[in-house]
Amino acid sequence: MIPVEFDYKKAISVEEALEALSSGDSKLLAGGYSLIPAMKLRLNQPSMLIDIGGIASLKGIEEEDGQIIIKAGTTHNDILNNDLIKTHLPFFHEAASMIGDVQVRNRGTIGGSLAHADPAADWPALVLVAEATIDVVGTGGKRNIKAADFFTGLFTTALAENEIITAIRIPIPANGSRMVYLKFENPASRFAVVGCAVLRSSDKKTTIAFTGVADYAFRDTAAEQVVSGKILDTNTIADAMNAAVYGVNVLSDNFASEDYRRHLAKVYLKRALQAIA
Amino acid sequence: MTDHQPDDNNSEGLDESRRDFLKHSSLLTAMALTPSTVLKAASSQWDERLAGAFEKISLSLEVNGTKHSLAIEPRVTLLDLLREQLALTGTKKGCDYGQCGACTVHVDGRRVLACMSLAVMQEGRKVTTIEGLAGGDTLHPMQEAFVKHDGLQCGYCTPGQIMSAVACIREGHANSAEEIQEYMSGNLCRCGAYPNIVAAIMEVKKEGKKL
Repeated sequence: MIPVEFDYKKAISVEEALEALSSGDSKLLAGGYSLIPAMKLRLNQPSMLIDIGGIASLKGIEEEDGQIIIKAGTTHNDILNNDLIKTHLPFFHEAASMIGDVQVRNRGTIGGSLAHADPAADWPALVLVAEATIDVVGTGGKRNIKAADFFTGLFTTALAENEIITAIRIPIPANGSRMVYLKFENPASRFAVVGCAVLRSSDKKTTIAFTGVADYAFRDTAAEQVVSGKILDTNTIADAMNAAVYGVNVLSDNFASEDYRRHLAKVYLKRALQAIA
Repeated sequence: MTDHQPDDNNSEGLDESRRDFLKHSSLLTAMALTPSTVLKAASSQWDERLAGAFEKISLSLEVNGTKHSLAIEPRVTLLDLLREQLALTGTKKGCDYGQCGACTVHVDGRRVLACMSLAVMQEGRKVTTIEGLAGGDTLHPMQEAFVKHDGLQCGYCTPGQIMSAVACIREGHANSAEEIQEYMSGNLCRCGAYPNIVAAIMEVKKEGKKL
């Protein structure tokens, strides 16, 4: 299908994009691999697209003050091939390699993925366990949103309509930290039916997040409490599995029923904990 | 008062849609009968929507080494531009939603899906399609290998497979059958020619020619 008519503006700076964003029913266009199919299906009918794909300040990966800064317009493929990521955030490297296929990774961006907030996307689980900060700028100024506060619902985030994500700041995990991202993927789309990310420091502080399981990615604080400070032996892992996904409204669809998905989440938590034990 | 409000809103909505309908129908009538009047009306902003219908954006890009300066609507995908306006029908429309890989082309040397890229996003870029691989009657080594290994049955996915296969070797991800399978995973073949496609890629990789 062909999208309904819209105007197109190529922004060359964040300021220019913000100005265009404040007028009417416009949407930002980064890689376009989620937005364009949605527009073809006419699920989304913005009157104007603002192409931010050419804004140089939104691309690149840097290290600064103990943080890795991934600019929002950086593609999955550029994250996959980046040495800073391989060295400091190997599970980001691992997750990038599992996103879609090469064609998708060449165009899709981390900022686009976070703003889109697909319940089965990979990055949300990673930014949650890494306790990342999402830098945004709007006509009202800059904000730094904690990943834990960013995802608020199905395809819904804390971003205001006139705000743009500029960067994702990820604290470099302390020496000796272990980290892993595992997912049970839809074999066709490679979206996560269940994705589980775990980050554990050498003093056993542990963060756990799931994606694909509920309307939006979430930190599983109950499971975190079970394993934090404890040795990851068989009993502790079994306790964490019991505690996990408690009180969560689990998704049910063609790929996995609610019960099966809940079971998968616990199994993937077990495998993730075993992998870093 | 509150009881009446929805009605008021409704009637406003009807007015709005009637106005839209009149604009649309005037557009259709005008196009059929007097194109020059329409253009005149558009230039004098007599009807913004009418003018909008003609709104195109200029686009310069290079396709298979040939420079093009075009005027296109923003909603035209790169795939439709290639097929419908530049008559390069080698690039196939399979699913049109980024799932099958049949529309894979190279943009500035990277493989992308033409169906999910807007043409206007390609300003100043270099696009290579399946038509740009062969040198006249001399097939590209990957095309030769697909023929030799029978890497196709119906052939519909083949242009996308070949564009991806060339990129797969250039990216350095053709070192084993398993790696090729992984890095060709964005291109589906419903006939099931996968083993022969992998064999073709492995042979080209082994020959070590610069692609």
